[in-house]
Amino acid sequence: MFFEDSVLMSRLLTFLTLGFHVIFATVGVGIPIMISIAEGIGIKKKDPHYTLLARRWTRGLTITVAVGVVTGTAIGLQLSLLWPSFMKLAGNVISLPLFMEVFAFFFEAIFLGAYLYTWDRFKNPIYHWLLSIPVVIGSTLSAFFITTVNAFMNAPQGFETEGDKLIAVDPFAAMFNPATPTKVAHVISSSYLTSAAILATIAAFIMLVRKSTIYHKKALKLTVAATFIFAVATAVAGDSSAKYLAEYQPEKLAAGEWHFETEKNADLIIFGTLNENNEVENAIRIPGALSFLAHGDFNAPVEGLNETPEDERPPLWIHYMFDFMVMIGFYLVGISFLFLIFWKMKRWNEYNRWLLTGLAAVGPLAMLAIEFGWIFAEVGRQPWILRGFMTVAEGATTSPHVGLMFLLFLGLYIVLGTGCLVVLRKIFKNNPAELELESRYPHVKESDKE
Amino acid sequence: MSYEYIGITVLWLFLYGYLIVASIDFGAGFFAYYAKLTKQDHIINKLISRYLSPVWEVTNVFFVFFFVGLVGFFPDTAYYFGQSLLVPGSIAIVLLAIRGSFYAFESYGSKDNHVYMFLYGATGLLIPASLATAMTISEGGFIEETANGVHLMIGKLLTSPYSWSVVLLAIVSVLYISSTFLTYYAHRADDEPALDIVRKYALFWSSPTIIASLTTFIALSQHNFDHFQKAIELWWVFGLSVAFFMIGLFLIYQGKYYGWAFIAVMFQFFFAFFGYGASHLPYIIKPFVTITSGATNETMGITLIIAFIGGLLLLVPSLIMLMRMFLFDADYVQGKK
Repeated sequence: MFFEDSVLMSRLLTFLTLGFHVIFATVGVGIPIMISIAEGIGIKKKDPHYTLLARRWTRGLTITVAVGVVTGTAIGLQLSLLWPSFMKLAGNVISLPLFMEVFAFFFEAIFLGAYLYTWDRFKNPIYHWLLSIPVVIGSTLSAFFITTVNAFMNAPQGFETEGDKLIAVDPFAAMFNPATPTKVAHVISSSYLTSAAILATIAAFIMLVRKSTIYHKKALKLTVAATFIFAVATAVAGDSSAKYLAEYQPEKLAAGEWHFETEKNADLIIFGTLNENNEVENAIRIPGALSFLAHGDFNAPVEGLNETPEDERPPLWIHYMFDFMVMIGFYLVGISFLFLIFWKMKRWNEYNRWLLTGLAAVGPLAMLAIEFGWIFAEVGRQPWILRGFMTVAEGATTSPHVGLMFLLFLGLYIVLGTGCLVVLRKIFKNNPAELELESRYPHVKESDKE
Repeated sequence: MSYEYIGITVLWLFLYGYLIVASIDFGAGFFAYYAKLTKQDHIINKLISRYLSPVWEVTNVFFVFFFVGLVGFFPDTAYYFGQSLLVPGSIAIVLLAIRGSFYAFESYGSKDNHVYMFLYGATGLLIPASLATAMTISEGGFIEETANGVHLMIGKLLTSPYSWSVVLLAIVSVLYISSTFLTYYAHRADDEPALDIVRKYALFWSSPTIIASLTTFIALSQHNFDHFQKAIELWWVFGLSVAFFMIGLFLIYQGKYYGWAFIAVMFQFFFAFFGYGASHLPYIIKPFVTITSGATNETMGITLIIAFIGGLLLLVPSLIMLMRMFLFDADYVQGKK
């Protein structure tokens, strides 16, 4: 039974832990910057609405960071527990970014604790705001370092092999491998995007089900504007990722795009199905677009999957992951742009129900796109754990108990996930922003002009 | 000194750091639950959460730092520990996760939840016990390498007097370190009723700590005579540890200079811990990994040390800032901020 297959179960358990962790890691990277922006605006404009936004987001962040930290600790240990042979080999080359990631995390942890517990401590609010800067730097740097590790697994370099030993190790060459720039840019921009989108969802949702107050209108404008900027940045980074793939990991792009024959002027395939002969049916084809995506030239040749030996090909279902991710990305750019146009065109009401409904969906969709994109990137390098050097099967533990551990962790994540939702609800449900605004800043009236 | 020795010393320092900060945390969990049972929670729990809430994440990083550093400096340990510790390691992760989430969740109501308080207290004892197991295993004799890979001999581990004495030592040390710190903190906070309770805890847990240290020594001589003998050669280090134990206990008993008392406790464990570590060498995991055979290549080792120095330049000032904000700021400790 598959339950006994330690390689498969190790993969599933890693998927479970990372899939759960990525939710909290993403908001952990992106929300601090939103908080810092809101608090900064609040201080500059002397507008308590923004300060309250920062305060309330921070309270939510505490909960998600806690889950992010404990699941991050889990994956940190699971790397060695589930992939001991991989860590033994790669540990020689990737220790540096792993180590630096912990430093960045340490830095963030120190200042996050200081930030959370000193809201009313300083006479000059600038000092409190300054504490948010190292939190943003720390969380973004840890995303940077850990992404270089993943980039290394996709594009291993910075060492030579001698038998089964790695020699002539160059830690910096390993860290700054060809996959690093595009991966880092895409991971960080999409984390910012997703966090902004989730906060936009909250504002839009409250305006739909309760009433629209000035507070929520300001929240929506700030978060949707941020969503738009980060969505554009993510799209640009995503485009360079595709160009990277075409050059260095053509089999991943080819599997993701169902592109079998090497050809010029290659079509981009959107959705569709495969028949038993691996021919694409029911798909939308955009002529030449894949060549353009891969090389910035409609006539450039794109390497097909048939060039890759059959046992080194990733599974073909990742095509859907790629399509979903890209589609959501376009939706995010589009709807946030629409809102900005409505906002700037004074005659149109940017708070109409249709637009709000569309905006209420951006957060969950962005998070789904994160998961899809991550699955595409990870499954797309199958069967390798270290592309070209070590397969997943060679890296896994031989312990027979992985199946049981999977159940143990499944239970843990259910408890943590539920606990997180319950507590978040408890914090905000009986304490709406209007009430808190009134009690904290009694001189501000709802009728105050924007 | 070659880079392997710098590496292991750095790691040992971080593990020692974790030993102290995590003990405070783990012990506090146990005391918080015990206080609830004896209906004294209103006296000391506020004190505990006032100190712990801002620093729990930092505590956790000490641990992550240690295991990431260990794998970084000595990648072979990832293989042997990873292969053999899947089950105990996973259980420890789950316990740590339950506990870690507590700090965030507790500020919003779960404090009144009896089950959660029980888990919080229980994990405070179970985590040190499960982490101590990794220590025990490194002594050798509990893992075997066959053609199918590396396995932990669970039966042998569970029937070994040595492994049980280590577990016992870990638990009582945690309670002792924690109670001495809380005594100091309660004193800082001018909180007489809390001071009265935690001081009693500290006095109570002192004798099991010293007894368990002795029995662990005896059990070690049965289990791994080489290691025991090397420890005897370092007798003066352990002697210093005992001397600091006496100083700490005396000061707490006198009811004065609680800050110095806690520093004495820190020195007590510092010497015991470094004496243990130094006599453990050259083995990291006996007999599979020694400090030279298991080390990462030289370039990486030196780069890691440079990164480490850079990191410390950033961390030490930040840590001092955090301590001044939450530990040495009298107004904060007394609950006025």
